[in-house]
Amino acid sequence: MLDIINLHAEVEGKKILQGLNLKINKGEIHSIMGPNGSGKSTLASILAGKEDYEVTDGDIIYNGESILELAPDERAQQGIFLAFQYPIEIPGVSNGYFLKEALNSINEARGKPVLKPVEFGKLIKEKIKKLKMDDSFLKRSLNEGFSGGEKKRNEILQMAILDPIFSVLDETDSGLDIDALQIVADGVNSLRGPEKAFLVITHYQRLLDYIVPDFVHVLVNGKIVKSGDKGLALELESKGYSWLEG
Amino acid sequence: MVEELKIDNDQETKDMLENSEYKYGFVTPIEQEIIPKGINEDVLRYISKKKNEPKWLLDFRLKAYEKWKKMKEPSWAKLKIEPIDYNGISYFAAPKEMPKSLDEIDPEIIDTYNKLGIPLEEQKKLEGVAVDVVFDSVSLVTTFKDKLAKLGIIFCSFSDAIIEHEELVKKYLGRVIPSGDNYFAALNAAAFTDGSFVYIPKGVKCPMELSTYFRINAEDTGQFERTLIIAEEGSSVSYLEGCTAPKRSTSQLHAACVELIAFDDATIKYSTIQNWYPGDKNGKGGIYNFVTKRGNCVGKNSRISWTQVETGSAITWKYPSCILSGDNSVGEFYSVALTNNKQQADTGTKMIHLGKNTKSTIVSKGISAGFGQNIYRGLVEVSEKAENARNYTVCDSILIGENCGAHTFPYIEVKNPSAQLEHEATTSKVGEDQIFYCQQRGMSEEDALSLIVNGFCKEVFRELPFEFAVEAERLLSVSLEGSVG
Ligand SMILES: Nc1ncnc2c1ncn2[C@@H]1O[C@H](COP(=O)(O)OP(=O)(O)OP(=O)(O)O)[C@@H](O)[C@H]1O
Ligand SMILES: [Mg+2]
Repeated sequence: MLDIINLHAEVEGKKILQGLNLKINKGEIHSIMGPNGSGKSTLASILAGKEDYEVTDGDIIYNGESILELAPDERAQQGIFLAFQYPIEIPGVSNGYFLKEALNSINEARGKPVLKPVEFGKLIKEKIKKLKMDDSFLKRSLNEGFSGGEKKRNEILQMAILDPIFSVLDETDSGLDIDALQIVADGVNSLRGPEKAFLVITHYQRLLDYIVPDFVHVLVNGKIVKSGDKGLALELESKGYSWLEG
Repeated sequence: MVEELKIDNDQETKDMLENSEYKYGFVTPIEQEIIPKGINEDVLRYISKKKNEPKWLLDFRLKAYEKWKKMKEPSWAKLKIEPIDYNGISYFAAPKEMPKSLDEIDPEIIDTYNKLGIPLEEQKKLEGVAVDVVFDSVSLVTTFKDKLAKLGIIFCSFSDAIIEHEELVKKYLGRVIPSGDNYFAALNAAAFTDGSFVYIPKGVKCPMELSTYFRINAEDTGQFERTLIIAEEGSSVSYLEGCTAPKRSTSQLHAACVELIAFDDATIKYSTIQNWYPGDKNGKGGIYNFVTKRGNCVGKNSRISWTQVETGSAITWKYPSCILSGDNSVGEFYSVALTNNKQQADTGTKMIHLGKNTKSTIVSKGISAGFGQNIYRGLVEVSEKAENARNYTVCDSILIGENCGAHTFPYIEVKNPSAQLEHEATTSKVGEDQIFYCQQRGMSEEDALSLIVNGFCKEVFRELPFEFAVEAERLLSVSLEGSVG
């Protein structure tokens, strides 16, 4: 599904990714761990198409084609989703309205009929219940005044509504309490399927008890320095990263 | 002294039509009566005669003209204005065939209003909205007039009001805005042609929205409309005006006066969606929108609320104000002003607190894109006798791109120490992170921008009647076209 080949990228002249290779097949869950500043969020942003980052070498192949030239919205319409490490606030735009606009844009691009307000209402009620969120969330301004954990849960709500094919979760577990962690993990697991794939960025192997990955990779200085299975996450938890650096 | 000419689409106008996003820029090809350019006593006499005005009104015009001649154009606004040749403008333009009823309106004009989304035909009339249709210098028709008359409500053109309700007009005209108030108000008092007149009798709540649709069609003309709304004790009314004009390469002057009077316990809600032609990308053409709007809360517990969405015009100079004379009266000003390309806006409000326990709220949202310049200018004045006056002001500006500007000039004059004033102001940029976030969720960059800007304006839009709020959002999106990427 996704093939990242020898990816080099920089921002404001600073080299961040330095030859990153990663192949993700349909149905798989991959996890990326790595020290602060190693380039995890940068990778997520580049996958989503953020302009600030310049890809200087390498390629990203998604479903057989390079996506480097695609705008962020085109990538989203093709099923790429990013749960942000720091979700953005948009004052005056209600969460519910934002979701409806987003879903409509994606459905339209995929040639699917735009949902009637009643249908959308039903869909969102169902999802919001699953994530044990309160209905009042829909009326509030997007992420404005949301607690850290609420913002993260809201990202998962968006993911559940937009039904992406390839999802990147950037530290969605940071700031979540144990119950919320379980709920978020359930949300992810219910979206799993043979046609879907996930890239889960985290600092804590605890999340991986709930969302069990097929592969774990360690990113250091813009490169994957080690890959393994879930056992690698446990090893990192006890040993830290220093044995992999340098 | 009257010459006839037929307006047709010249090539330049056509070219401009094809190249730009302004969707109301077409010209209606009808036979027009346009008087020769220039202003003098004869012109004023002609206008007055044309409208069968009583002598006192002609005198009102001539006096205003005398004052105007002695006045100077205001120069304090932060605007770059090409000199206006007041003798290069024609002061009266009207369709040659004046309709006696709806059936007699030129089909071209009916068609024009259909294109503008205002169907005039009986069967298609907007539900729950009465419309007064002002085309250049004259009002063509007012819908639902009879239905409203049954409640004692008068809603008609200013010209009709002068004939049919002379005493009311005489009593209130110029009472809120004296004819020598300012340069443009004086010019309007001298040369005004038509507009709307509204009278809501004691205790009556107007059951539908009243609205006036102003359309400039003729070339090299000015539009000088005059609107007067009187709400008697315990009455209420919601009024809305909309404005559009054809695209032309030369600028056109629009200098209106609007006076509102609210007696005890009366409420007037006045909303504007101003979408005059803004000029092209390089600032060529467009309407000069120099407007004086003022309401007097004469009665106790009265309320006047101004809501404006200003997306059009090359230059906007406008400060809808409230004089809070009655005790416990309330004045409100909610404004969205958008300037894109080379547009300039200097707009805001004045809240003059005279009565006890008077309250005012000012919410101003300025949006600048392209090379647009957006200025908020507001005055809150609390007089000596205004015990316990309160004001809350919030001025937010948002910038799109690197070349635009936003400025705020809040003036405060407090002569009573019991006053409580709060002021907040912010300026922000539309964040690239916000746009990226929306795009990541599947929206195009333009949709993202309009979503963010509409969110920014939420507090103002929710003051508009529902149908018009939808229209305002759409208009904002259209006006922002081409400001990203
Ligand atoms: N827009 C930017 N401008 C300048 N430097 C940037 C920018 N974005 C990222 N960087 C730098 O790139 C490096 C990698 O950042 P990134 O956010 O990808 O790290 P991360 O692995 O996600 O870290 P964390 O675990 O703390 O979230 C950091 O040194 C960061 O300061
Ligand atoms: Mg990060």
